[in-house]
Amino acid sequence: MSEAAPPAEPSPQANRLLAAAKRLVSSVLPFVVVILIWQFASLFFPRFLFPSLIDVFWRCIDIFSTGSMFADVWATIFRILAGLAGAFIIGAALALLMVRSRAVDKFLAPILTLFQGIPALSWVVFAIIWFHGVEFRIFFIMVMTTLPAFTFQVLGALRGMSKDLMEMVFSFRPTRLKLFRVMIAPAILPDILTAWKVNLGNASRVVVVAELVGATGGVGYELLQQQQLFDMAGALAWTLQLVFFVLIMQGALTLIENTVFRYRAVSERAI
Amino acid sequence: MRDTAVAGEAAIHLDHVSKVFGSAGGGATFRAVDDLNLDVRPGEMLALLGKTGCGKSTIFNMIAGLTAPSTGTVRVGGRDLFADFDSFRGGIAIVFQNDRLLPWRSAIRNVELGLEMLEVSAAERRTTAQLWLTKLGLGGHEHDFPHALSGGMRQRVSIARAFATNANILLCDEPFSALDESTAGKLRAEFVRLVRENGKTAVFITHSISEALEIGDRIVVLKRPAKIAYDVSFDAGTGQQERELIRSRIGDVLAV
Repeated sequence: MSEAAPPAEPSPQANRLLAAAKRLVSSVLPFVVVILIWQFASLFFPRFLFPSLIDVFWRCIDIFSTGSMFADVWATIFRILAGLAGAFIIGAALALLMVRSRAVDKFLAPILTLFQGIPALSWVVFAIIWFHGVEFRIFFIMVMTTLPAFTFQVLGALRGMSKDLMEMVFSFRPTRLKLFRVMIAPAILPDILTAWKVNLGNASRVVVVAELVGATGGVGYELLQQQQLFDMAGALAWTLQLVFFVLIMQGALTLIENTVFRYRAVSERAI
Repeated sequence: MRDTAVAGEAAIHLDHVSKVFGSAGGGATFRAVDDLNLDVRPGEMLALLGKTGCGKSTIFNMIAGLTAPSTGTVRVGGRDLFADFDSFRGGIAIVFQNDRLLPWRSAIRNVELGLEMLEVSAAERRTTAQLWLTKLGLGGHEHDFPHALSGGMRQRVSIARAFATNANILLCDEPFSALDESTAGKLRAEFVRLVRENGKTAVFITHSISEALEIGDRIVVLKRPAKIAYDVSFDAGTGQQERELIRSRIGDVLAV
């Protein structure tokens, strides 16, 4: 009687590779499906409706390799980052004032809520009427559309700080600066990074609208040109520039999170 | 055993201290501490004992400088604790009921926290923190984050953090109540040894009579709202029979 040999167990390294491959496939698969559907549609529809993605690819390469066009991408990126930085600084300052004073909170909270209800396009109109300089108009629009979210998110983070930990740090009688450095900043950092992630997406959508009104460069301006030329491949290629930027920034923020927040316990069970 | 009459300069002095919580706008108020007079002598280990809600933690917070009294004064080392809050930097250390470790700092960086406030150099901070972690049996865990430590280990880190600043006054708010009895017993013994070795004045809040008898060389029993109902001192020479008498008396006071 002969005994069959038990099937060989895959090595831990093979298991890890398999798991990594599965993760890669599951994250790439949705994009592959969208690309295939689009490419399939391009076979049956006119070019101005569904251009081949190969055309779009070459237009992207054109943008990357042509200095003046890539400068437009940088201009938009700079506008997004400047607007977000401005909104974050003002929002954080307002949140600090609101958390310190109930009166300021009662005064500002309804105003910020009101601002949240104003569409980005309305801010565009207000900016055109109120201001002359194109860059300032765009900065103003970016700040006003992202300010309430930043303020409320920083406010929430400040209010959510552990009272117990705060008391513990207070018991050492820290200076204001030390209190901020050892307690407040690390405690609110996770919420701040989340706020940046959320507002980055919002800002990249708003900036295009802002650039439609008077800008002589930038992704929004270029999109307007493509619309006038009925050039769908160009419109897609310019849109992808913003998508790439958002993906890169989100990746960078996630990397920061994974490094800075390695102190967090990881549960073996997901929610 | 003797009922306590304080003589000489007190390390901590509460003079007609009251604390009332509640609204200034006409809502209900709650008197947590009522006209309390209490002196703690230098080097004394005082156990503050009382039922839940009797105002122990309010007194603790006032001595820690975290809550101002409604009336009366709290003096530490002869100075008004609330007149110049910052001047007590490094003078008072606290061990809380739960460890209260900063989750984003490793064990050693948590122990260094108080030393950072005192502007101690980085090298000295590291050496002192390392020393205290080793004393408390945490050698090898210096770079672990709090979530990776057990409850007992975390509380040891918080004790190390309190001792590292070399403060004269140590305040402890039921620091072992969240631990299992075996771990709590070991830590308690270690804690008493360290306090005695380092000549600290300690105020230890507890609701356990056994713990108060084990730790304190003076026990103050509080009744609600926090007022002294019984105040007794003893020492290592106090016999078992006398201790049982104290236990019985405390039991009677708490039962009222």
